[in-house]
Amino acid sequence: MSRPEETGHSGSGGPGLSRDDVVHVANLARLTLSEGEVDLFTAQLRTVLEHAADVAALDLSHLAPMAHPIPVENVLRPDEPRPSLDRSEVLAAAPSVEDHRFRVPRIGTESP
Amino acid sequence: MSTAREMAAAVRAGERTAREITEGALAAVAARDGEVHAFLTVLADEALAQADAVDAAVAQGRDPGPLAGVPVALKDNLCTRGIPTTCGSRILEGWRPPYDATVVRLLRDAGAIALGKTNMDEFAMGSSTENSAYGPTRNPHCLGRVPGGSSGGSAAAVAAGFAPLGLGSDTGGSIRQPAALCGVVGMKPTYGRVSRYGLVAFASSLDQIGPFAADVDDAALLFDVIAAHDPCDTTSLRIESPPTVRPSGSGVEGVRVGLCPDLIEGCAPDVVARVHEAAEALAAAGAKVEEIRVPEFGYGLSAYYLIAPAEASSNLARYDGVRYGLRVDAEDAGAMNTATRTAGFGAEVKRRIMLGTYALSAGYYDAYYAQAQRVRTMVVQAFERAYTSVDVLLGATAPTTAFKLGDKVDDPMAMYMNDVCTIPSNLAGHPALSLPFGTGDDGLPVGVQVLAPALAEGLLFQVARAVEAAAPEAGGSA
Repeated sequence: MSRPEETGHSGSGGPGLSRDDVVHVANLARLTLSEGEVDLFTAQLRTVLEHAADVAALDLSHLAPMAHPIPVENVLRPDEPRPSLDRSEVLAAAPSVEDHRFRVPRIGTESP
Repeated sequence: MSTAREMAAAVRAGERTAREITEGALAAVAARDGEVHAFLTVLADEALAQADAVDAAVAQGRDPGPLAGVPVALKDNLCTRGIPTTCGSRILEGWRPPYDATVVRLLRDAGAIALGKTNMDEFAMGSSTENSAYGPTRNPHCLGRVPGGSSGGSAAAVAAGFAPLGLGSDTGGSIRQPAALCGVVGMKPTYGRVSRYGLVAFASSLDQIGPFAADVDDAALLFDVIAAHDPCDTTSLRIESPPTVRPSGSGVEGVRVGLCPDLIEGCAPDVVARVHEAAEALAAAGAKVEEIRVPEFGYGLSAYYLIAPAEASSNLARYDGVRYGLRVDAEDAGAMNTATRTAGFGAEVKRRIMLGTYALSAGYYDAYYAQAQRVRTMVVQAFERAYTSVDVLLGATAPTTAFKLGDKVDDPMAMYMNDVCTIPSNLAGHPALSLPFGTGDDGLPVGVQVLAPALAEGLLFQVARAVEAAAPEAGGSA
């Protein structure tokens, strides 16, 4: 099996998880990290992944991946109207509301 | 303090009032929670109103239910309509859910009194309750020590005598480990036995709500109330099972107990000694105790710390500053989203989100996430093999007694090691229970863990009762 450090992004942080990986992943997860946090998280996450190397090294090709402890199937109910959450109560929890809708800042770069 | 069973019986019989019990609980909280900090929100007015409703029912000749007048501490990741539910996070500060979790409704229907919302590691990520954005909870047995986590507030509330019952959630040990460190009983039910509707999601294939109590029978009493099919949770099992409070067969005569070195080795010598004494006690009570190796458990920790963060990274994508919770304004929606999450999440949550995002990202998915899922299959098959020769497994709950505040906060891997004995049951979806059995060299409580196959909660409680009957009196209780 190919180990991640052989296939992954190159970076400045040595073998395994790099600083660049951490910056990339933080960006995917919509998080901004300070330089200090990048250093800290790189070291900490690398330790966790090094511990996980025992798992990555196993030959488990004969086993199926298991996503869930019990068989999961669609659960359907009759398509009949039922009471739902109160709209005003739901909207009351929102940071910003306009005309009974969630208000957000401009999306994308085009003019509104 | 009397047991929940005694309280409910007295209230149902009109011998005590729910108001008197609730006032007593609120007074205990007022007297000591300043130093313990088990609660994030104390529901004084609401609890007294609930108590009065219970008392009114009794006065009118109606039965308020099996938990009549019993105060319950609720972990703050259980949605309570109109009542703040923070998950220990700044990102949900002040959020008031528009609905009740199913377990909250079941408790109310059973006559229980919701005493308050308890402190927790942010989004249930942690093993010490130090990751709460609202400050740590302290162990009632020794204020310089952690209560464990992530359900440390509920465990501490029961240990301090604030409430006889508590609810927590257990994704990798978050009920059982704090129960062990606080010297109370904590139980994780079979996945699907208790509805997760209204439990704020951390890792959906692992999360399960379960009881805290001062003794095994009280834990069984609470479990019987919350274990019910719920159409609002697609993973809720459609099964009827007999109540666990009064099992048909009592005692452990002939029950095959597997003493599992893979759930003991690596623990501190005093913890190892207590587990062996518990095994001897079961043997003396008539159980057939044998040693059984399950080396696959050794891979559980690594698999868990890939699977749980992966699921968390997906579940926590919902905190985007749009529909509820914190918003940090910015010039466009994407920047607002990033600014909100950066300000609202604490360090451990960020670590887990990034770890999970990494494990799921292109180039790493097969090596980490899919591989961890195969380990999960391996662990399930290992359990199946073990349960062909034994009925239950016995091991430690946590590697040590309660550690000092601050000892492990800067070393995530050291903190994660707390979960090494509890994780296998989460991966398999099986029930497991921690109960106090004596103390360590430092005089603090030690927990031993009983593990059972899926849906065998009755047997789990039965074996736990036998261990409890032989447990030495714990010292240093609050």
